[in-house]
This record gives sequence, C-alpha cells and structure tokens, in this order.
Amino acid sequence: MPIIDVQKLCRTYKVYRKSEGMMAAVQGLFHRKHREVHAVRDVSFQIEEGEMLAFLGPNGAGKTTTLKLLSGIIVPTSGTATVMGHVPWKRENAYRRRFSLVTGQKEQLWWDLPAQESFRLHKEIYRISEGDYHQRLDELTALMDVKDLIAQPVRELSLGERMRMELIAALLHRPDVLFLDEPTIGLDVISQRNVQKFLRSYQAEQRITVILTSHYMKDIEALCDRAVVINRGSVIHDGPVAEIGDRFSRHKIVELQFANGIVPDGIERFGDVLEDRSPMVRLQIPKQDVSNSLSRILANYNVDDVSVSERPLEDVIAELFSFGNGNGNDSE
Amino acid sequence: MTASNLISDSSETQTLLDSLSWRIRLKWLILRTAMEERMVYRGDFAFATLVRFLPIVTQIFLWGAIFAGDTARELQNYRYADMVAYFLLVMVARAFSSMPGLATGIAESIRNGSVRKYLLQPVDMLDYLFWHRVAHKLVYYVVATGPFALVFWLCRSYLPGWPSGIVMTAFVISLLFGFVIGFLIESLIGLIAFWFLEVSSLIFIFMMLNYFLSGHMIPLEWIDSWIPWVHYLPLRYLAYFPAAVLLGRIPEADLPAELAIQTAWIVVLLVANRAAFHYGVRRYGAFGG
Repeated sequence: MPIIDVQKLCRTYKVYRKSEGMMAAVQGLFHRKHREVHAVRDVSFQIEEGEMLAFLGPNGAGKTTTLKLLSGIIVPTSGTATVMGHVPWKRENAYRRRFSLVTGQKEQLWWDLPAQESFRLHKEIYRISEGDYHQRLDELTALMDVKDLIAQPVRELSLGERMRMELIAALLHRPDVLFLDEPTIGLDVISQRNVQKFLRSYQAEQRITVILTSHYMKDIEALCDRAVVINRGSVIHDGPVAEIGDRFSRHKIVELQFANGIVPDGIERFGDVLEDRSPMVRLQIPKQDVSNSLSRILANYNVDDVSVSERPLEDVIAELFSFGNGNGNDSE
Repeated sequence: MTASNLISDSSETQTLLDSLSWRIRLKWLILRTAMEERMVYRGDFAFATLVRFLPIVTQIFLWGAIFAGDTARELQNYRYADMVAYFLLVMVARAFSSMPGLATGIAESIRNGSVRKYLLQPVDMLDYLFWHRVAHKLVYYVVATGPFALVFWLCRSYLPGWPSGIVMTAFVISLLFGFVIGFLIESLIGLIAFWFLEVSSLIFIFMMLNYFLSGHMIPLEWIDSWIPWVHYLPLRYLAYFPAAVLLGRIPEADLPAELAIQTAWIVVLLVANRAAFHYGVRRYGAFGG
C-alpha cells in the first residue's frame, strides 16, 4: 500500500492582473481583472514507504504547490491525497507529528536565539522523550558537523550552517515522511555535498520516505532513483531518473578517440562539437542519426575508441523545460 | 464495575494527565524561550520600556494647564487630581492591553509566508502567539516595575486612598481580562490579512478609534452623552474600565455584572478569532516561497 497517494490533485489561484502605469493603478481601484492560474492540475502519483522521489520541473511548474498541498499548508481546489492515511489539509496533530517540510527559507528556528533553544522547543512540541532527544541531537549534530554551533545565535550562522540546523530541527522528531523543497538552494558546492551526503546516509539508515525538489540535478542523481517530472501543473514523466535522458533527450553524446593523433577535418558535419581535445572529440548527434553517423565515421576514419552516452541530466532537463517554462496554466 | 473497566478508566485518566502536563510544559517553554528572545536586544528593549513613561508627564502638564491650577474646579465630575489619577491608571491598563506589533506581525507572516510554521507544526498558532505575548509582557513588567513605582510615588498626592479588597480584586481581574481582550482584538485584525494581505490602514483606523473609544484620550463619561453605545464596546476594557474600577466610579455592586460582560466579550472575540483562522487558512495561498 502506498504511503503517499495523490489522485487528480488541482489547485487554482485567482490572481489580480494589473496593467502598467498610473491610470491602470487608478482603474484598479474600481475594477479589477483577474486571471486563474492552475498551479497544479490533475497531478496523480503514488509513493511506497522508504522511497526517495525526485520532483522536477521549471519555476512555476507546480512542484512547491504540490508539496504545500501534501504538507497541509494549503487546501486543494479539487482532487484527493493521503499521506500515511491522513488527509494533509485536515492538519491533524497526529499527522503533523509524522512529517517535516524543509525549504530553502528560514522556517523553524528562532532567529535571535541559538539553535539549541529552538531544538528544545521542538522537543516539547513533538513530545520527544528526554533520552531520545539527547540521543538524536548528538547523532544529528555529529552527522551534520555542527556540534559547536548550536549555542550560537542563528542569525550569526552562515546560510549552509543554517540549512543544516533547519534539517536537524526537521528530523529531531524522526518523521516518517520528509518533504525537501530546494534544500541546497544558495549553498556553495561543499555545503551542497555535505547536505547530499547527510541525506543519503540518513535516508538509508532510517528508511524514511522523501520527496525532493531541486534545481541541482547533482542532488537528484546523487539521491533519487525515481523522478516525477511536472510541467505547467501536470505530470509529464513518472519513472526512473535514468530514463529521463532516454525519453526526453533528442540527442546523444558520442565520444571518439582517433588513432592518428588528430581530429580529422570535417568531423563537425556529423554533429555539434561539444569538446575538441585532439585526438579526442565529443559530438552531440540527433538520436535518430547516431547509428548512421557512427557507421560513416568508422568507415571513413581510423578510430581507436568509441563511446555513446546520454546527455547529462542537467542539459536534458534544461532543454525540456525551455519549451514549457511558465507559471502554471493561465486562463482569464 | 468490572476490573477491565477500572483499568481502562485509570489509563484514560493517565493519558489525560499526560496530555495536560505536556500542554503546561509546552506553554512554559514557549514563555521561557520568548522571554529569552525579548532580552536579546537590551538597548532597544530598555529604551522602549522607559520612553513609555513620557506621555504621562505630558498628560500631567496638559491637564494642569486646562485646570489652570484650580484644584477645586470640576470638569464633568473630574477634578485635576482625579484626572491625573485616571491617566496614571489608564497607563497601567494600557501596559496590559496594548499589543505593539501583534496585528502587523501576524499580517506580515501571512503576507511573506512564514505563517506556515504554525500550520506545519502540531501547535495552535493563537495559543503560541498568546504565550509569546505573555512572555513579552512579563519581561516588560519586570523592567517597568521600578519606574512605575517611582511615578506612582511622585504622584501619590493625586491618588485616592487604598480601595477595598473587592475593588482591588476586580481591578486585577479587569487588567488580566483587558490583556486577553487586547490580544484577541489585535490578533483578529492581523488574521484579516488572510483576506486582504495588507491591513496597515485597518490597524491605523483601529488605533485611532481605540485611542478615543477606549478612554485613553479622555474618560468615557465625557463622550457617552453623544456616543451612548460607547460603553457596549469591548474597547472600554482596554483603558477606561480598569481605571474606573479602581477609582470607584463603578459601584461595587455592579462589578460582577461588568466582569461577566468582559468575560462574554472574551468568548465572542475568541470565537471570532477561531473562525477567522479556520476560514482564513482555507483561502490561504501560501505565497512567498
């Protein structure tokens, strides 16, 4: 039985549309035009216990709105969802004690106080026993390498340190389900890696169910096996992360190593040259032309080594979303 | 009654007691954490606490000028000493009922999305904010007790003698209830942001009306001939009522009924707050990330 079951979930917003200029501002006092934004439209998916699911899509695709719906912050326009048997937007305490939402914004910590004060408050809010609290706090601060920082006011921490504290606050009560909305946004490469490493080991150890949204495909590739791709509020892919390239990329990468020490002239007629490090060249070739181009290259040139691979996930996603970037689906 | 019934009853009682003890511990911790937070910015806090005494100085001089030094002269049943005593007690009442930043804070959290903290965690937002505010007030009273005592000592000649035990008790209750009413009115205005997002004009209008209709500016007896309904508003409990109780302007026999009305206003405002939160969250868009 799935731990998260989402069926035909929709959320529509009515948004005020203001034209440019002073006259429009005055007119807006008396008569306003609105448009409907379908932030989430007929989204359905299921997640089994212990899965780590990537939720991908361009800005405005509906990822965060879906997470807000599953966290119970907002109420859907139509559709159903259950998480661990609870309807999220009923916001029952029994449900709220069993999940966490972490976003890239400051969320749960008291800004002017050391994080340990917020953790202590979490202990009471989530009814964590004294023994469990100390054990988990020790464990999490060690894993996150922030033991020395929990007595420092949150406002004096760096963004990366704050994000790690937010994660600790989110995990202290051992949630069964964790929603992560861009948890590494704004972090430097080292902090991103630290957070990834932590999430991977924590999820493997605790077997919690995770939905992760991120613009960093490195996060997705490092952490998730399955991805739901959402665009303009609708699901356009639900399957293994590895299949995204195969399904959506219109090109493949062909790497050739030439035997005579140089890249021969005219090789660019077979595809776009991505990298030329003689005697190695990397070409981007349309999928349908790969076999034909390869047989012609092998027939005409002396090639030592050939490899064919999918384009990096980041490029595939960028290409995919460049066709459909936009804020949901609008109607007047 | 069977043994299994007895066991079930005792375990239910235990669960209830556990739940109650958890609630008390949680409230205490919110209170403690908020008090610690309040004391972080010492300079701003001390300054904000002390400048609150400046208005009473101007009131004493203003009414001194109006009465032109004639201590026997009466204006609408108030002598100069009564006026000073009234404003001193209004200052005390306002120290309980004023809620600086509460409505704007709630509205801002709705606008920028940080209100979701209360929706995500298994806490009651109004309860949480209430204890947060209690903490702010407690810290304020600790710091302000000295200056308050000094001002009252300096103005002791204007004050009537010690009131009876009943009046004193009613005064203390009216102050505490005034705190609750002040909290509920401001939180209700803040929650309106679920509908309008920007409520600063509403807050401005409320503050203006409150200044006039709560008795903060002048005693309500001075305006009740042309605004007869002024005594039916909850605003009177924010400033006028506690002062009038202690000055003996409300007959002792009427105090239970008056406090009952004050309690009724608390219930009405509490229900209004709950309804505003319930329906507000339903239309909440959670913009701001």
